[in-house]
Amino acid sequence: MNKIDVLIIGAGGAGLVAALNAHAKGVSVKVITKEYPTRSQTCMAQGGINAALGNAGEDSVEAHIKNTLKSAHSIASEEAIRLLCEEAPEAVEWLDSIGVCFSRTKDAKIAQRTLGGASAPRACYAQDYTGLKILHTLYDRCLACGIEILNERFLLDVITNENSVCGVSILNIRSGEIENFESKSVILATGGYSRIYDKHSTNSTATTGDGLACAIRAGARVSDMEFVQFHPTALKGSSILISESARGAGGHLLNSKGERFVNELLPRDEVARAIHNEMAKGENIFLDIRHLGEEFIEEELPQERKLAKLYENVDPVYDLVPIKPVAHYTMGGIEVDKNSSTIVKGLYAAGECANHRVHGANRLGGNSLLELIVFGKQAGESAAEFALSLPIAEAEASVPRGVDSFFGSDDLSSPIAEAKASVPREIDFYRVREELGNIFYKDVGISRDEITLQNSLKIVKEYISQLPKMGVNDNSKIYNTNLIEFLEFKNMLELSRLVLKGAISRQESRGAHFRSDFPQEDDKFKMHTIVDKNGVVS
Amino acid sequence: MKIRIQRETLVEYEVDMQDATLLAVLGEIKTNQDSTLSFASGCRSSVCGSCSMRVNGKEVLACGYKVQDGDLVEPLKNVPVIRDLVVDMDKAYAFNAKAKAWMNRLTPTKAVTHLDEKINEIQSDCILCGSCYSACPVYAVNPEFLGPFSLTRVWKYVSDVREDDSKEKIDTIQSNGVWDCTLCNECTLVCPQGISSKSDIEKLRAKSAMAGYTDPNFASFGGGFGFDGSPSF
Repeated sequence: MNKIDVLIIGAGGAGLVAALNAHAKGVSVKVITKEYPTRSQTCMAQGGINAALGNAGEDSVEAHIKNTLKSAHSIASEEAIRLLCEEAPEAVEWLDSIGVCFSRTKDAKIAQRTLGGASAPRACYAQDYTGLKILHTLYDRCLACGIEILNERFLLDVITNENSVCGVSILNIRSGEIENFESKSVILATGGYSRIYDKHSTNSTATTGDGLACAIRAGARVSDMEFVQFHPTALKGSSILISESARGAGGHLLNSKGERFVNELLPRDEVARAIHNEMAKGENIFLDIRHLGEEFIEEELPQERKLAKLYENVDPVYDLVPIKPVAHYTMGGIEVDKNSSTIVKGLYAAGECANHRVHGANRLGGNSLLELIVFGKQAGESAAEFALSLPIAEAEASVPRGVDSFFGSDDLSSPIAEAKASVPREIDFYRVREELGNIFYKDVGISRDEITLQNSLKIVKEYISQLPKMGVNDNSKIYNTNLIEFLEFKNMLELSRLVLKGAISRQESRGAHFRSDFPQEDDKFKMHTIVDKNGVVS
Repeated sequence: MKIRIQRETLVEYEVDMQDATLLAVLGEIKTNQDSTLSFASGCRSSVCGSCSMRVNGKEVLACGYKVQDGDLVEPLKNVPVIRDLVVDMDKAYAFNAKAKAWMNRLTPTKAVTHLDEKINEIQSDCILCGSCYSACPVYAVNPEFLGPFSLTRVWKYVSDVREDDSKEKIDTIQSNGVWDCTLCNECTLVCPQGISSKSDIEKLRAKSAMAGYTDPNFASFGGGFGFDGSPSF
């Protein structure tokens, strides 16, 4: 069996960009996704992609760097941010060349708008469908290049031997069979872990952090897990995102008295905290974009209008929109170096699942779509170069000793056997999943303290110990979403523990991590929280 | 409130929910009543295209449809059902590649005006939910028809001012393509994004004619006349 040179897990923006760039290096590429490519989280990004093009007002790469650094609150890599911002104009130009339908200015340039924390209109957008249009165009590009994409396959584990990648173990969701893929390198592009917050998240139900959990099990490290971004404006009842561009365009936030209480264009952490404080006083919070007018709303925010009508029965053209802040983006991720490589040989990561140290304690709107393009490319090229650099004997040799037994062994099916064997199912994991989300939203959310965090950790540990009493009720081999959701839940439970460990050890407030018992930034903690499977490393 | 779901057999469920989306109701059934019920979902906000299915015979996104008492919920048509409401979209999506729905030649950034942007803005709103594919009656007679969403995608690129080499795409859509459509408009009626593949196909027919292609249905009847010799339009 020929080994695949570059095997990519996840087919959102980062995965597809990695695939295209690895393919361009002339290596063999395969992409595996648990959904279909166009269903990935990337399609939900609305606001835009940052690049200092200066099309709508004066801007510079230096200003982009400065804004990003400021928002990161001193725990980002200036070198990585510089790369991100310098590459941005070229990234947008490339997207334009492959056919992304960006909105345009009157003088035929790519239109740009202002998002929170930005000193200039910098976010290139396509109405409020920026992520959707980028993702679909990347998908079309992959088809043009003949890149093979395997759909509806769930990552069980990354297989390693002596700290080197050998391949992955996959559960084919449709057949229920376990499939092992041998590869010289693996790129994880599996997305973030915001669904820990369950219904208090803007994210797709699939954003369960599977890649991070697998990376840890494979010996890689994760970092800054405690930094979870809360988006200020999600619809109150459903947690559906209302884009920041609504505020960028001049939308106001009002309390029950109809008063504004915060500068709406501050970075997300500050706006979310201000809303949180108002809500703690018993206020209901509303987004008001009525004064922007119907024409503008239809042109720039059509999706928002549709969603507000559907989920809240309000029309933003005429009504106030009830909102609340919910979990939106996870800054923490798999530790990678400046080649997107983890400490496991041949294992790379890109996108929200990775921590390239560009967002620090708080991500700026418009920088995550950018990250997918810049670091997806880097990961794709690095993994391809790594695969090409392997000595032929090493690369083509059959699976190393000790791993023989791994491939096709019963061990690999253990997560499934375990899930199914855990009868009697005394505890319903769906209920626990919901409780976990509620606890995290309340106690590991916008504001935290020692007591709430320690208490939450105790509960999470209890849940982990109760896992043998949970499990699945559906015994079907074919498309068993009950089983997949349980495996996802186990991954989330593991990551919850790491979020808590990071949040407990960081006795300060920085960006999105706000400790009411330590409300100030403390230079002692001006560093990354790095965790491996044995606990906090540094 | 009662709804019926087409699984291996028709199964009725009762839920106590008001003004709820179908997706929320399916979630409620799965997590509290019957964890074997299978359906696909993702964004909850009508942009990922996962949860398309049929309600009372019409294609909808479960996340964008408010449930009514007595609704009948079924999987999409024209695609293999894997389980319950989950269908296999692989073959349907493969038509995008068959139709070569991509930018053929990558040229350095070209000026695109606001008007140019509007030409294919709505076509680029497609979420690949497959509703149009399910509603299309052509599949009953021709399973190899490139189909509504792929042809809309072809039009998106053909009409894009940045694409200066659309000939290959026009060549590709001549067989099992634009001329196989009956212009019945079912695709337009079910599209959650308001896209009309039918009108995109008509525009592609016009482009094809400009490239020298003719409607093979006419050609076989001797140059645009029906059996009785009268002109057909």
